Amino acid sequence: MTSMKTRQFNDVSLGDRLPKMEVPITSTLITAGAIATRDYFPGHLDKDAAQELGSPHVFMNILTTSALVQRFVEDWAGPTARFNDLKIKLGAPNYPGDTMVFNGEISDVSPEKNAVEVTLKGKNSMGNHVTGTVSVVLPKND
Amino acid sequence: MASEWLSELKAMVGREYGRVYAWDKVNAPMVRQWCEVMGIDNPLYTDEEYAKQTEFDGIVAPPAMLQAWCLEGLHQNNYPQGSTDENPYGALKLIEEQGYPAVVAVNSELSFDRYITMGEKLYYVTKLTEVGDEKTTALGTGFFVTLVMTFFSEKTSEATGDDEKVGELLFRVFKFKPHQQPEKNSAPAEVPVIKRPKPGISDDTRFFWEGCEAKELRIQHCKTCDELQHPPAPVCMHCQSFELDYQVVSGSGELYSFVVMHYPEVPPFDYPNPIGLIQLDEGVRVPAGLVGVDNKNDLKIGQRVQVEFQTFDEELTLPMFRIIDSNAQARS
Repeated sequence: MTSMKTRQFNDVSLGDRLPKMEVPITSTLITAGAIATRDYFPGHLDKDAAQELGSPHVFMNILTTSALVQRFVEDWAGPTARFNDLKIKLGAPNYPGDTMVFNGEISDVSPEKNAVEVTLKGKNSMGNHVTGTVSVVLPKND
Repeated sequence: MASEWLSELKAMVGREYGRVYAWDKVNAPMVRQWCEVMGIDNPLYTDEEYAKQTEFDGIVAPPAMLQAWCLEGLHQNNYPQGSTDENPYGALKLIEEQGYPAVVAVNSELSFDRYITMGEKLYYVTKLTEVGDEKTTALGTGFFVTLVMTFFSEKTSEATGDDEKVGELLFRVFKFKPHQQPEKNSAPAEVPVIKRPKPGISDDTRFFWEGCEAKELRIQHCKTCDELQHPPAPVCMHCQSFELDYQVVSGSGELYSFVVMHYPEVPPFDYPNPIGLIQLDEGVRVPAGLVGVDNKNDLKIGQRVQVEFQTFDEELTLPMFRIIDSNAQARS
């Protein structure tokens, strides 16, 4: 069943925290994510190639990270949210066997646009894999 | 000369590159598979019946998928017909020729003008906006290169007017020489684990750390003048006696001062990271991590605290302090 919950603009306040989201990092997620985003760079698909590049294993591509960031915000906001932007910075790589935990909070609200900004981070055992901000427009109950 | 290729590289900044087309029109099967892999169950992307009732009158592409539509695919530099012959990544090629083989994406800043519906044909144009000076990071030595890609939807033959801008992507990569080549086919690759830094332990401090293992807070004591001191030292700071032993203290005290670390975030610590200076009831002060702090604004000087031993990485036991009286008044 798809979740139909929707977040209303009026229900959101500055500083609200999003529910944390845990993502187990597997070789399957990394390779399937690379292919689903049409990214065939060998470092995401082939362990030997990744090791040539100085990595211990295949590492997640940035387009998959963006997708997981979208999911983190969307799981909280629901299908009526509309994305304005999604801006991320990568840090520690995601390797198989690790777990990434997303946390985020509302860092800005714009009543004139019904927009809220989420500042988030996805952390693995080596530190922050991703930090960034996402701006979404939410429906408003009058 | 080394500087020659660098000036050539820098001269490329500001260059604009022509269109790169998507191989496929925006389509439901690719969207559905992307959602399946990413664990996204928003019906706006996969449930036609639901999406019909929205302002889009049908399913749309997930915003984060924007760049994926126009990637070349399995074969490098193999772009669909109509795409530019120039390589928008020419700057990276130039850097690579100078001995910087590796590349990682660092920033991806997507902004969306509108959602994209099924059947739209996308292309993007690129501008090379920045090439940094040579830098050394944890990965290696190389250059940060920033490209801005502007995405358009091509008008179908029946529609009139200009192609419509649908979004933009600022993309920054690090093109680098890795610090060292790892040994191939060594032990199974493992995720590097970053542990807490360990204390340096000397004959003067060993009793303290052994106390932590035994879940006792041990404070150095002078047998000559009966005073306590912390941190441990080879000599009594009060009477200069060498006759030192320790006492096990209650671990109760109050928050004398505190700091909350926000930046830089150094693994493996959690942030914000609250650290207290604890005034023990026995009179000496001990700096230590604070636990159970849900909101840093709740911390107040004078709050009662109690020691609590926590073991990290299955090898390092540290005294941490928990706030036990959150309503305490500041000490007068």
